[in-house]
Amino acid sequence: MSKYLWPLGIFLVLVVFLGVGLTLDPREVPSPLVGKAAPAFELPQLHEPARKFSPAEMKGRVWMLNVWASWCVSCRDEHPVLVELSRTKVVPIYGLDYKDSRTDALRWLTQFGDPYDLSVADVDGRIGIEYGVYGVPETYVIDKAGTIRYKHIGPVNQEALKKTILPLIAELNK
Amino acid sequence: MRTLILLLVALLAGQVFAREAVPVAEDPVIEQRLIDISGELRCLVCQNESLAASHAELALDLRREIRTLIARGDNDDAIRTFLTDRYGDFILYRPQFKRTTLLLWLGPALLLLLGLGLLFRQLRRRSRESKASDPTDVELSHDERATLAKLLTEEAPPASSGKGGKS
Repeated sequence: MSKYLWPLGIFLVLVVFLGVGLTLDPREVPSPLVGKAAPAFELPQLHEPARKFSPAEMKGRVWMLNVWASWCVSCRDEHPVLVELSRTKVVPIYGLDYKDSRTDALRWLTQFGDPYDLSVADVDGRIGIEYGVYGVPETYVIDKAGTIRYKHIGPVNQEALKKTILPLIAELNK
Repeated sequence: MRTLILLLVALLAGQVFAREAVPVAEDPVIEQRLIDISGELRCLVCQNESLAASHAELALDLRREIRTLIARGDNDDAIRTFLTDRYGDFILYRPQFKRTTLLLWLGPALLLLLGLGLLFRQLRRRSRESKASDPTDVELSHDERATLAKLLTEEAPPASSGKGGKS
């Protein structure tokens, strides 16, 4: 009898494996940067290019770095979520304007609202590479010591915000 | 006169727009190494295309980055480390052999061994079963032996007569 149950057993194991596979998103590649220090940079600010910003200035604060661009379509989906989050003043949001033209970026922010404490312009995408950016938008949560604690790939939605990001920020602020 | 001027302007315009083609490879040695390295790397945007083949914006940027690293004198391992530090092992088409990739590398060999083991067991069981039911392996009783001997001796004469009939 057990001889005939073998194929059924193998089939069930396959079903479980494939079922788990369906719930995973192959586009979400785990970042090796989580748990490591946020790469240092010094970039001109989007609004005032004469002034620079560096992550070192954020030591002692929990903050979010959001990679965005005016040409990025899914950034539009994400944008209202960020605008709403910025109103709550729970966490400072800094923008990394990735491979964008300054005029387009500024127009985009006036059109859709500006949730960022400030944005920096990464015109040639060099800093994006340092942060392992491969699909805009991406969002990093960085702790008081300047360590990346979480990376969100793709648009941040209310669910990710409530389930993962906000609890993490509350935890890091303790 | 006017047509002549127009003609001249047209000729000049042609020269203004015709620019020399930008060289694809500044340094053929660097370009060859770039192709060798990036052929083994995954483009994270298209995932099924190598960094060498991809036309994605990110692939262009990463190729430019690798070019700078090659020009700086980094060896292949250093370049791969540069990329895995930022994008993870997923960027390598040929993942390194380490603790987390042990199952990935040894999995096929383990499956092969498992399959061979099952096959071997099955074959042994089958040979044992067939031995047990082998009719030639049965001990003959005294009477049976006598019958067999009789049959065999009876068989012989017709065979020789058959031969004689033919000749």
